[in-house]
Amino acid sequence: MITFLVRRLAGAVLVLIAVSFITYLIFVKIPGGDPAFRIAGRTATAQNIEDIRQKLRLDDPFYQQYWAMMKSLFNGTLVSYSSQLNVVDQIKSGIPATFSLCIGAAIIWLFFGVLVGIISAVTAGRWSDRVITVLALIGISMPVFWLGLMTRYAFAQGHPFAFMPDGGYVPLTTNPWQWFTHLLMPWWVLAILFIGFYGRVLRSNILDTINEDYVRTAKAKGLPYKRVMVKHVLRNSLIPIVTLFGLDFAAVIGGSAILTETVFDLKGVGWYAAQAVQDLDLPPIMGVTIYATFFIVLFSVVVDLLYAYLDPRIRPT
Amino acid sequence: MTESTHDFTLDTAAALADDEEGAIEGKSPWYLAWRRLRRNYVALAFLLLFFVILAACLCAPLYKDHVAHTGPNTGHLGESFTRDGKQVLIVSKGGFGPNGEFTAGGIPVGPQLWHAGGRYVLGADNQGRDVAVRLLYGGLNSLAVGIGSAIICTFFAIVFALLAGFYGGATDWIISRFFDLIWAFPVLLLAIALGTALSINGFHHFGININSGSLWIPTLVISYVLIPYIGRPLRGQILSLREKEFIEAATAQGASPWRTMFSELLPNIASSVLVFFTLIIANNILTEAGLSFLGAGVQPPSPSWGTMIADGQSRIATAPWLAIIPGILIVLTVLSLNVFGDGLRDALDPRAKVRMER
Repeated sequence: MITFLVRRLAGAVLVLIAVSFITYLIFVKIPGGDPAFRIAGRTATAQNIEDIRQKLRLDDPFYQQYWAMMKSLFNGTLVSYSSQLNVVDQIKSGIPATFSLCIGAAIIWLFFGVLVGIISAVTAGRWSDRVITVLALIGISMPVFWLGLMTRYAFAQGHPFAFMPDGGYVPLTTNPWQWFTHLLMPWWVLAILFIGFYGRVLRSNILDTINEDYVRTAKAKGLPYKRVMVKHVLRNSLIPIVTLFGLDFAAVIGGSAILTETVFDLKGVGWYAAQAVQDLDLPPIMGVTIYATFFIVLFSVVVDLLYAYLDPRIRPT
Repeated sequence: MTESTHDFTLDTAAALADDEEGAIEGKSPWYLAWRRLRRNYVALAFLLLFFVILAACLCAPLYKDHVAHTGPNTGHLGESFTRDGKQVLIVSKGGFGPNGEFTAGGIPVGPQLWHAGGRYVLGADNQGRDVAVRLLYGGLNSLAVGIGSAIICTFFAIVFALLAGFYGGATDWIISRFFDLIWAFPVLLLAIALGTALSINGFHHFGININSGSLWIPTLVISYVLIPYIGRPLRGQILSLREKEFIEAATAQGASPWRTMFSELLPNIASSVLVFFTLIIANNILTEAGLSFLGAGVQPPSPSWGTMIADGQSRIATAPWLAIIPGILIVLTVLSLNVFGDGLRDALDPRAKVRMER
């Protein structure tokens, strides 16, 4: 178990290094032209450009350039091209909004996704299953930013309702009730896609598990229906959901909630990245990408461990 | 309801096989799949819907020349058209009316349907461009990016999966690590990063020249970031197929690796590829919309459904149709592909899912 953990963590570190290197390539090498010129912005003097060239060691070999860029990111001196604000500080200030959004949405999507999956599997083939299947398909077919716009239009901007606050983020410490009402729509908008997706995955998992031999055995033993469903079927059907949930949660925490944050003006990490895209401002996108990868790599290790704990069959020796 | 009324056995594979016993002899798996698909009217209806949307978008140039008489990027600020004998400004000027009432300026004209002789059927946008024309051209771009990236992505995923699964060893290790690496990135952020970096100057390396406004940028970016999502499951399938007797037989007959891969392994994963392909188009259209919405996909003034929603976002209070209509089209297109893809999967592999319809 220890060797497994060590190997997994070492792999994770390697992945992080590789990802940061690729990110560096994407931002400094792909666009072409002189990076110092782009970094300096539109109103730069020759001296500015020369300073940047010195700082990022653009005349040095390739690996030293990469090292300089990484150092400036990790000791927190990387600044944005357009606003000259510190990237690390900006990401940190976006974390409360992003975490509030993602944790709330995750609770909603996990609860309702599992509920929907169970209902539609238990009533497979009946009308409730059909209605749920149709709704789930519509849910996974909607662009999340469009759904966000439409809910704002319908519930916050008076067409026909205006009882919800129209975007923005209020910190939990400032006013818990305002925090809750401001996040209610974003939570649901972000969760809808996952509810549809998890419901469908769980439904097919349950239907697969029902046909397993050990379920037949349990039923033949005369165990009550509820007990077989909860202890034998559901328990095993939920294992793949754990994996899915870990990775999806890491992705949204890491900035995949970028569209929801943008639409609802939640000034989180994703929103910050979206602003940077509009200004063609590369350092913030680079910072957010590395920050996001950190969460994805971290959670994939956690998921592996959890998986081994839940399912003894795949436990490493 | 007593507990005994709950039924554990649904449509099991055995029940399905019984159902088809008479027809199974001498029929190819593809024919059997087609028989099952043919009876799934919902899936077929949604496939039809997809083709209707596709055909409508392909007719965009005809619509432009013969109905709307204006291009997708032609603005008509300050111009007017005739409706029921009256002159209507395409984008309102604003100011004080004859009775002293104030109207805000810059509000484009709403959907006219057929009252303006085919012009502004779905209204205008803030630059006086015909929304219906932009919608069709935007659809053409969105579908081109969606389908194009699905083709490229599926192609590379198949090639990588075949190489990794067939050769194993070092080849497999390298390809799997390549998949892991893309997998470690958050999809949307990687796509945004690439899309933004490429939209600055385009791509001019290795003798490939792509200009910054090109549709190839979102197409290639999306296909690149989604390769492991198809490649990984396909590699797994090939790894298990590789151990089967028919591969051993092919090798014993002296079949070259090339032949084994393309005429033995490929046909066996074809049904999965087909399902993945349908579903990945749907996924790509959504990704393209998201990228374009954030400004990292299709670059203005070229329309796409995503950029049109982004344009409409700031004018949702005065001109809601700008954001609502392209969104509805995205939902319909993606939904049609998802429903059909589901039906296709059920038809090709009835044992993987318990069928609902009888």
